[in-house]
Amino acid sequence: MGPNGSGKSTLAYSIAGHPKYLITGGSVTLDGADVLEMTVDERAKAGLFLAMQYPVEVPGVSVSNFLRTAVTAIRGEAPKVRTWVGEVKEAMASLNIDTAFSERNVNEGFSGGEKKRHEILQMELLKPKIAILDETDSGLDVDALRIVSEGVNRVKANSELGVMLITHYTRILRYIKPDFVHVFANGKIVEEGGPELADKLEEKGYAEYITA
Amino acid sequence: MSLLTTNYLTPTGREEAWRFTPLKRLAGLHDGSTKVADHISLSAKSALPNGVALTVADAAEHPASYTSTDVVTNRVREVVQKVSLLTIAKDVELSEPIHLSRKCSSTPEFSRVVIQAGVNSKSTVIVENTGNGELGEEIEINLAPGASLDLISLQEWDRNAVHLAQHHAIVSKDAQFTSYVVSVGGSVVRISPTVEFTGAGSFADLYGVYFATDGQHLEHRIHVNHNVPNAKSRVNYKGALAGDQAHTVWIGDVYIHKGADGTDTYELNRNLLLSDGARADSVPNLEIETGEIVGAGHASTTGRFDDEQLFYLQSRGIPADIARRLVIRGFFAEIINKLKSAELEERLMQRIDDELAKVGE
Repeated sequence: MGPNGSGKSTLAYSIAGHPKYLITGGSVTLDGADVLEMTVDERAKAGLFLAMQYPVEVPGVSVSNFLRTAVTAIRGEAPKVRTWVGEVKEAMASLNIDTAFSERNVNEGFSGGEKKRHEILQMELLKPKIAILDETDSGLDVDALRIVSEGVNRVKANSELGVMLITHYTRILRYIKPDFVHVFANGKIVEEGGPELADKLEEKGYAEYITA
Repeated sequence: MSLLTTNYLTPTGREEAWRFTPLKRLAGLHDGSTKVADHISLSAKSALPNGVALTVADAAEHPASYTSTDVVTNRVREVVQKVSLLTIAKDVELSEPIHLSRKCSSTPEFSRVVIQAGVNSKSTVIVENTGNGELGEEIEINLAPGASLDLISLQEWDRNAVHLAQHHAIVSKDAQFTSYVVSVGGSVVRISPTVEFTGAGSFADLYGVYFATDGQHLEHRIHVNHNVPNAKSRVNYKGALAGDQAHTVWIGDVYIHKGADGTDTYELNRNLLLSDGARADSVPNLEIETGEIVGAGHASTTGRFDDEQLFYLQSRGIPADIARRLVIRGFFAEIINKLKSAELEERLMQRIDDELAKVGE
């Protein structure tokens, strides 16, 4: 958690390997492997997933084609047609996504809520080891927030998934219970604690962490 | 070789119509120096359905129905003794396309093709070009009242082919003409899809896809002549370029004449630059002589590959080369998907993938 402009998204994108960031110091490792040595797709194959705050539109590429291509890349082989269709349908149903969604182009003309549900759908199918959820709660109404949160909890319950949830607000923490809370300000972790730290932030805000 | 009598001049490269074209690479198709073979390589790929005929007819019996200002078209008319004549009888409605093909070899060829779509007929004609030859081509398409014709022109040439062409449609009352020009091969391809309307309620849709790599010159010059009231036209061409000296040219001329009240037109050209050293020229021209129109507009964009799209796909585990292919296929899908043939779509997309893989070799 942290105030606007503290560098939360920068951290998330840097870890995922966005080309506009150059990492000049420090290290990122996943199960002992040097993440910074990997290309963007290798990071995903190693088990890293970034749910983006502003998912990118990819014109002319259908959701079904995209999901299938991604799953094929991550799993190292094309999923069996018979089981794949059912797997996607089930994941979509649990996130309250209409099946007609498959034929739409990736993120093109999606509402804010649809984009976020689509991100969680990918997480569910790609089964990463660690997921960074960058303000997945922003722009969601109460119902969508609940559906998305349940999706995160479901994936977590069914796998060894670790989640780093980036948020300004404690609202989503009513649905997703954190084990640890880190306060991020001016590009650094300035305080760490348990769930009780989130309650304190809700009450007092970030003022004490922002130094002039 | 007879002296040419038509009122045109051999282009020098200074003319507006020829300023983008590499004249030295045209194998003499434009200046009369080439020796053309007396043969017709166009043929039907499969049996033609009832009501459809492809014949070779005397050129004298099928004089051109319009005046062309195109130098190569006039040379073709001057030279050819025979024309390929495709007729679709009135009221014939075809569910499968008429598939024509030609494979050009080293001998240059001039070809004049006349397509006559009968009253209220409905058909799709595919003209598939392959090989490594030199071709000067004119296709004249006559749509009788109420006819609907889709013409799919495929330039799947090998690397050294030179193809200069005009495809002219004369669209009469209530007729619908749709043109697809796909250029994914050749050394120099220069095609002018031109349209004139002769009756109200007529419609022309002109689509195009082109993909140029190292050293290829692909030029498409559209001309839509709105000279009758209440006709509608749409133009949408999409191109991608990769590699050194890849060059594409798109000219979109739309003229709305005085008296063409109720005209509705829009033209669009989008270019995707995949690497440095490639050049896309895009020139939309709209000339309007009447204010009593429904709409007239144009748009042209040329942009670089979107790194955000690449990052998004890669962040889902998709390797960079596959991600690039996905984005490029997606870019062309808007038009390729309109061909309504899964087999053809896949063949063309695969060709684009293959061309991309060869860039820089």
